[in-house]
Formats: sequence, C-alpha cells, structure tokens
Amino acid sequence: MSRDAARLSATETERRAYRKKQSVRSVFVSCASLAAFSFAVYITLSRSEGWTRVRNTFFDPHYFADSLPSVFHGLLTNLRVLFFAVLGVAALGTLIAVTRTTVSPVLFPLRALATVYTDIFRGMPMIIVLYLIGFGIPGLRIFGRIDATLLGTIAVILVYSAYVAEVIRAGIEAVHPSQRAAARSLGLTHSQTVRIIVLPQAVRKVVPALMNDFVAMQKDVGLVSVLGAIDAVRSAQIAVAKSYNFTPYVAAGLMFILMSLPFIHLTDWYAARLKRREQAGGAV
Amino acid sequence: MTDPAAPLLRLDGVRKDFGKTRVLRGVTLDVAERTVVSVIGASGSGKSTLLRCINLLEPVTDGQIFLDGEDISDPRVNADAVRRKIGIVFQSFNLFPHMSVLANVTLALRRVSRLPKGEAEERGTALLRRIGLESKAKAYPDRLSGGQQQRVAIVRAIASDPKLLLLDEITSALDPRLVGEVLDLVRELRGADTTIIMATHEMPFARDVSDSIVFLSDGVIEEQGPPEQIFGEPRSEKTRGFLAGF
Ligand SMILES: Nc1ncnc2c1ncn2[C@@H]1O[C@H](COP(=O)(O)OP(=O)(O)O)[C@@H](O)[C@H]1O
Ligand SMILES: [Mg+2]
Repeated sequence: MSRDAARLSATETERRAYRKKQSVRSVFVSCASLAAFSFAVYITLSRSEGWTRVRNTFFDPHYFADSLPSVFHGLLTNLRVLFFAVLGVAALGTLIAVTRTTVSPVLFPLRALATVYTDIFRGMPMIIVLYLIGFGIPGLRIFGRIDATLLGTIAVILVYSAYVAEVIRAGIEAVHPSQRAAARSLGLTHSQTVRIIVLPQAVRKVVPALMNDFVAMQKDVGLVSVLGAIDAVRSAQIAVAKSYNFTPYVAAGLMFILMSLPFIHLTDWYAARLKRREQAGGAV
Repeated sequence: MTDPAAPLLRLDGVRKDFGKTRVLRGVTLDVAERTVVSVIGASGSGKSTLLRCINLLEPVTDGQIFLDGEDISDPRVNADAVRRKIGIVFQSFNLFPHMSVLANVTLALRRVSRLPKGEAEERGTALLRRIGLESKAKAYPDRLSGGQQQRVAIVRAIASDPKLLLLDEITSALDPRLVGEVLDLVRELRGADTTIIMATHEMPFARDVSDSIVFLSDGVIEEQGPPEQIFGEPRSEKTRGFLAGF
C-alpha cells in the first residue's frame, strides 16, 4: 500500500487529499444535523402538556419488564406461524405463478382459476380474510375444533400466496423464451424445464421483491391474534387488560422490530451485492 | 430404419405458417447420414424456422418429417424422445446463466440420459478438455467470451451423442476475430462423422465443409447441389443474385 502510494503522481495525491477533506466535512455536517433534529424532538416532547402522561402509559419500565416474558412467549407463536406460512406461500405461490404462465389451451380453466384467486386475495383486506377463514371454516363443522393459530396460518398463506405468485410470475415472464427452447432441445420435459431452468432464473430476478413481501408477512403474522391465538400481540393485550397500561404493546412492537431487523439487513446486503455485480458486469 | 441407403432425415412437403405469414411453403429434402448440409438464404427466408421445425420446437403446418424412417411430425410421437436424438446450437448461445459451464454441458446427461453424476462429469470434463476450456468448468457463462460460450453450447448439444446436429447461424453474433475458433470446432465435428445441418452466412466455410448446399428462397428450396456447383455455376437466377451479394 505504502509502496503504491510512493508511486502516486502529485496530482493524484492532491486529489486524494481533497476527497478526504470533503468526506470529513460531510461526516461533520450529518452529525450536526442529527444532533439538531434530536434536540428539536426532545424539546417538543418534553414541553408538550401530555408528555408525562404518555410516557407513563406507554413507556413504563416496570410494566415493560413485567410483560416481557409472556410477550416473548407469544412471539414464539408468531415465529411458528411465520415458519409454516413461508413454506406454504412458497409452495402455493409458485404453483399459482406456474399455472398462470402456462400457454396450453387445455389448461385454460386452471389459468382462469389462478387469475380469479390472485384477484380476490390481493383485493381483500387481510383482516377480512382472517375473519372469513377463522370463523367460516369452523362454522362448516366438518373438521371439529381447529386451533386458532392454524386457521391464522392458513389465512396468511392464502393472502401472501396471491402476492408472491404475482411476483414470481413477473420473474417467469422475464426469463427469455430462448432459455426454454434451449432446455427442450436438450430433451428436458416441460416440467423439468420449468423446475430446472425457468424457476431458478425467475426467482433470482425477483429476490428483492420477494424479500419485501417476507418482511411484510413478518409483521402481518401478528394479526392471527384477532382469531384468539395467544401470540405476542394477544399476550400484550392480556397484560394491558390487567393493568390499564399500554407499555406491553410497545414491548410487543419492539419485539416485532427485533425479529425483522436481521432479515431487513440481509435484504440490504443482498441488494448491494446485486448492484455491485451488475456494475461489474457493465464494466466488462 | 432398416434400409441402410435411407436418409437419416427426410423432409416431405414441409409447410410452416405463422398466422397469415407463410414462412415455409413446401420444403422437400433428404439428408444422408454423416453428411454436412448448409442452408443458405436471405435473412428472413426461413432458415431458423426450418431448423426449429426439424427439432420439433415448432409444429409444422403441413408435410412430414422423418428421422431414421420414423415420422416425427406425427403428434403421437414423444417429442422429448425425438429431441434427445437431435442437438441444436443457436445464434445467441442460450447457455443457462445460473449454471456453471460444466453443469450446462452435463445437464442432458444427468437429467435426460440419467447417467450417474460422476460419469456425467467425467464426460463433460472430457468434452471441455477437447475445446480447451477445462479450466472454465466451474465458471459461469457470463465470465466467458462469446466464442468460448458458443463452443460450450456446441459441446452441450453433442454431449449425449445426437444423431443429427443443427447449427443456426452460430457465428452471426460473434466478434469477427472469434469466428475462427468456432468454425474450427465444427470442422472437427465433421471429421467425427456427425450429421450436420447448418444455417449459415459464412460462404467460404460452407463451401469448404459441406457435402451439399441448400438455397432457401421464398419458403422453398430454390436450388440444391454440391458446393462447387452452387458456388461455381448456380443454375437459378435467384441463387446467382443472392451469392453476388457476398
Ligand atoms: N414465432 C414467430 N412468429 C411469427 N413470425 C415468425 C416467428 N418466427 C419467425 N417468424 C417469421 O418467419 C420468417 C422467417 O424467419 P426465420 O426462420 O427466423 O428466418 P431466417 O432464420 O432465415 O432469418 C420471418 O419473416 C419471421 O418474421
Ligand atoms: Mg435465423
């Protein structure tokens, strides 16, 4: 490094010094503006009339610590729902996407069904789907008593499969038809071509959008509480009902954020990597 | 199938329409085993369409195609089984970008011929060695030059020993200085007794390696003959006109 530096021309040395000075300045400016902003928020809050009351109802350390174990226990339910929902969505979403991208005339009825499905479940508010599934299926009295968590998981799968199917479909359509032709010419069957050639490329093309749907799903699994499943939100609700203090909701909210952080950063990292690779490709 | 003199491939009155566009208007052609046939003709004359019909990538509108005596244009035949016997290389390489070079070459061996992985990779590696790209086996196609990609596409097409190899303007998308290495490989295949039908604009090359030249014009075979005759003394006015452009 120092040997290379020794060989640098005077112009480049001067340019580097300039860049360094510029970046030091930028860091200083952004630190200063962050400090100013925090100060303004602090002043506004502390001088507002109701701040003490709000602080006591939402940010009480005692209630926070108290509700933490049960909220955390509830979060495990959310994680379980999330786990099975991801598997279900991956399977059902892919199936619908593949069905929608078939061209054979004999498959028209299936294609129409898949289209109607995505139209319905993308249009309907999640909470209504939850009510319909959560109270409708048990109402049929076919299966006996069904666990609220399971019903909630089914509702999440139904809704998110519709979104994910549309994302994957866009990916499938972005794979050039010549890739299919090349695969079929090697003797691969239609289904092998879809599995080995089309889907892997399609999914790679839409990874950022899929990650986005996953993050949204991560917090929507909190909605299973409306069916009575004892998840993090419901546990917080129970704690709130006992104490009339809203801090447990904040605790639950924080836990959802903590749960999503690793993945959100993974998404950022992946997007950055993708960008780097594309730029590298462009330079060739 | 039993007659040794029967051609490997026989086209009988092959027609292909795309909607109202009549691209092939009755193509009749015999291709004997171990020969090289070059299809020449203006851009849009239907060369690619003809090759895609032979490979059953497009259904014919009318007419019949026989491979080894079997009518492969019959909807009752298993198209996947037929395509196993025919390799095709496209103008735009069409390597699978999400697979390594070796995985591209061994795909048909693994998934269609169902060879054990080790055996497939051994054969794939041997093929790559033959084209001097053994060191690129683990690389992804976008790390290769156009000429290298096209050579990989060629060995991918011949990996499971097809009876017939179709080459569709395989040098048209290449930088001129990369054309030679690809044509050298085709020349080598010719020595290896492969039956080849190639659409091409490389006239000197076609003249050099072909046993027969087919000039396609307006959806029909305008003239067909040995290279010396087609290039030396074309009988048709249209052929003469087309060749004058080179
Ligand atoms: N899938 C298709 N749909 C409609 N028209 C097509 C299709 N493929 C080819 N054609 C038409 O068929 C004609 C012949 O094309 P092609 O076989 O690619 O010619 P060549 O390979 O000799 O340049 C062109 O006019 C082209 O527009
Ligand atoms: Mg063409």
